[in-house]
Amino acid sequence: MEVYLALLVGCFFIVSIYLLLSKYVIRILLGVAILGNAVNLLIFTSGRLTREVPPIIPEALQVPAEATANPLPQALILTAIVISFSFFAFLLVLGYRSFQDLNTDDTDNMRFAEPVDQLPPPKGY
Amino acid sequence: MNTVIFRTAAPYLTALMVVFSIFILLRGHNDPGGGFIGGLIAASAFAIYGIANGVAPVRRALYFHPITLAGFGLFLAGLAGIPSLFAGVPFLTGLWTFPHVFGVEVALSTPLVFDIGVYFVVVGAITAIALTLEERHEN
Amino acid sequence: MAGSTGETIDLTGIMVEAGLQPADYLVVAPVVIPILFGALHLMLRNRPVKHGVLAIIGMGLLVVCTFGLLQRVLDTGPVTMTMGRWLPPFGISFSVDTAGALLAFTSAVIALGGAVYAAATSTALESRYGFYPFFMLMMAGVSGAFLTGDVFNLYVWFEVLLISSFGMIVLGSEQRQLDGTMKYAFLNLVATTMFLVATGLLYGTLGTLNMADIWLKLNGEEAVQGPVMTIAMLYFLAFAMKAAAFPLNFWLPASYHTPKYLVSALFAGLLTKVGVYALLRISLMLFADQREVLALFIAWVAALTMLVGVLGALAQREVRRVLGYLVISGIGTMLAGLAIGTQTAVAGVLVYAVHSMIVMAALYLAAGIMARLSGTADMAGSGGLYAASPMLAGAFLILAFSVSGLPPTSGFWGKFVLVKSALEVGAWWLAFMILFSGLLTTIAVFRIWIFAFWRGGPEGTPDGAEAWTVNRLDEKFRLHSALTLGVLTLLTLGLGLAPEMLLSAAADGARGLLYPLSYVGSAFGGGGQ
Repeated sequence: MEVYLALLVGCFFIVSIYLLLSKYVIRILLGVAILGNAVNLLIFTSGRLTREVPPIIPEALQVPAEATANPLPQALILTAIVISFSFFAFLLVLGYRSFQDLNTDDTDNMRFAEPVDQLPPPKGY
Repeated sequence: MNTVIFRTAAPYLTALMVVFSIFILLRGHNDPGGGFIGGLIAASAFAIYGIANGVAPVRRALYFHPITLAGFGLFLAGLAGIPSLFAGVPFLTGLWTFPHVFGVEVALSTPLVFDIGVYFVVVGAITAIALTLEERHEN
Repeated sequence: MAGSTGETIDLTGIMVEAGLQPADYLVVAPVVIPILFGALHLMLRNRPVKHGVLAIIGMGLLVVCTFGLLQRVLDTGPVTMTMGRWLPPFGISFSVDTAGALLAFTSAVIALGGAVYAAATSTALESRYGFYPFFMLMMAGVSGAFLTGDVFNLYVWFEVLLISSFGMIVLGSEQRQLDGTMKYAFLNLVATTMFLVATGLLYGTLGTLNMADIWLKLNGEEAVQGPVMTIAMLYFLAFAMKAAAFPLNFWLPASYHTPKYLVSALFAGLLTKVGVYALLRISLMLFADQREVLALFIAWVAALTMLVGVLGALAQREVRRVLGYLVISGIGTMLAGLAIGTQTAVAGVLVYAVHSMIVMAALYLAAGIMARLSGTADMAGSGGLYAASPMLAGAFLILAFSVSGLPPTSGFWGKFVLVKSALEVGAWWLAFMILFSGLLTTIAVFRIWIFAFWRGGPEGTPDGAEAWTVNRLDEKFRLHSALTLGVLTLLTLGLGLAPEMLLSAAADGARGLLYPLSYVGSAFGGGGQ
């Protein structure tokens, strides 16, 4: 099972890297979204898989009655999801604002911070 | 979206959802639930109210700015670690007390305070975003 | 724990049993204080409160706590606090050794300076858009990254400081800021994702995320089955990107000159150094064997980073863009120490990191004052500032000496120790690169000084004192900026003239990073040992 998930993670990375290499912001954003999911799935897989045993301790007991699924990767993924969600929200707004203010979503044309026609440094003192 | 049915039902739905969110928040220590998911439910309640009746009534009903609520939640969550200082145990150690209120045992703890803080952070942050987006939509 | 049922479980070795002194709370105070103050700022965002004063109080407390922590760590060795009493590998711990405490203290000092400067410059509008909450939360992230003893927790603090830095860098929303933020945000996102990938693989391989536990497993009797080298390389890649090492440096000069000057100063002083610290902690302490294998590669990266940094600096005319490239060059110098990897070299990295934090923040602030005086950020368009403000000219001169690595400033000692350690292991070419980049840095910064301060005015200004006038600064800004810049300048000068304390603390920190037995012991002993 881990092998198939590992292959799926690989596919996710391939797609996201392809999209991240694009020069259009909207595609990069899609790449970011898929990248986040790829990493979450990777953490999930590296925590090993257990089926149908949620890590919840029954009311009467102090320790789980049988071996349960590993809860730690789930906690890590929850954290990572929240973080990548907020990142994505920020980047989405940033992309939209840039599109409005800079009139482009082509990163090749985003030369406001580093203008193309900047002057060379002064020579001599 | 501004149908009569929706507008009539929205206040009741909102009230129910907020109550449900608090239920989810309080059962969260040993069962599925907790501050994060409770906060999301409450935030969607306010979003529904905003869609039905406009953003201004929501802001009036909340009284505080959503970001202020988020700040309050963060403050509460930070404070939840401090009582351990006086108990001589490491930061964020769960401290419990079981007072009897009207003959019922109530479990109060610092994790509960922390969870309420998380609840407020999520309510504040998500509501702020949702209301801003709805305002943009209205104009 | 919640229930009151009778059944008991043996918790020895799982939970911390020993009691704690209030002084042990110094370990978490540098994170808790900024979070609480950040929350207060969020709550009081729209109230007519003196936000600046509140920030100065918060950062002042932070400085006091980190200083206390540094003292304690120097006295008693590494200190650990295990959150919620769960010992590793179950709980998250904060483990502080000298290296972490030293950098946390330095960053707190710079943050206090930043708060003083901000009190005079930040407008009501910026407070409304959340400058102070972001600043506070960024400091929480920076302190957390320096103090944590858990790899995933380190990732979380990275994200905290990153998201806050997004909020700060875009403040103002000018065109070039949006453009700069675009590059900053996307590339840093990729870097932290790489970090997370490495962390996921590490957890899959070792089953633990606590740094002390990882060290035990990697240096234990049995060989570890798994792609340890790949993980080490991924970590190096992620942190090198955060620290802006060649060839992953392009986001830094594209973004650091776009926000407010204060924000640039804080970023240059704090953020890239967090990347360097993470490299030291992960690559040097945890993956020591893998670093040995990578040493030559890291040395090449270091040399190229130094070279690209200074050449870039020479090619710019805007003051802040020159400084951005000098930040990169400084990162290269620190990477050189990582490549050498002896105790002397690591001590050199720590000295240089402290120096670089102070001096880069101060230089950016000085650039801000210069831009206010002359109304332009272009060095060719400014001049005559010596007549306008001899104090500023003097401070800039000292900072220029410092960033070039010339005595009597703190920069000299950092480079001196690094060059010495390079020659000790026979890496003469790395020593040469450090000195050569220092020479080119001298040219780059002194050119700014000559253009902006030494000559009477821009090209074509006739001679004479009254020929070229500069803007007047208001009284409050003069006071606050002079205070901040003055203290930072005196600090770099003082550390240059009396470096013994810094050098011995750095030596202690380097020993702790290379031979972390006491660190590991404190993490498992819990409590205040």
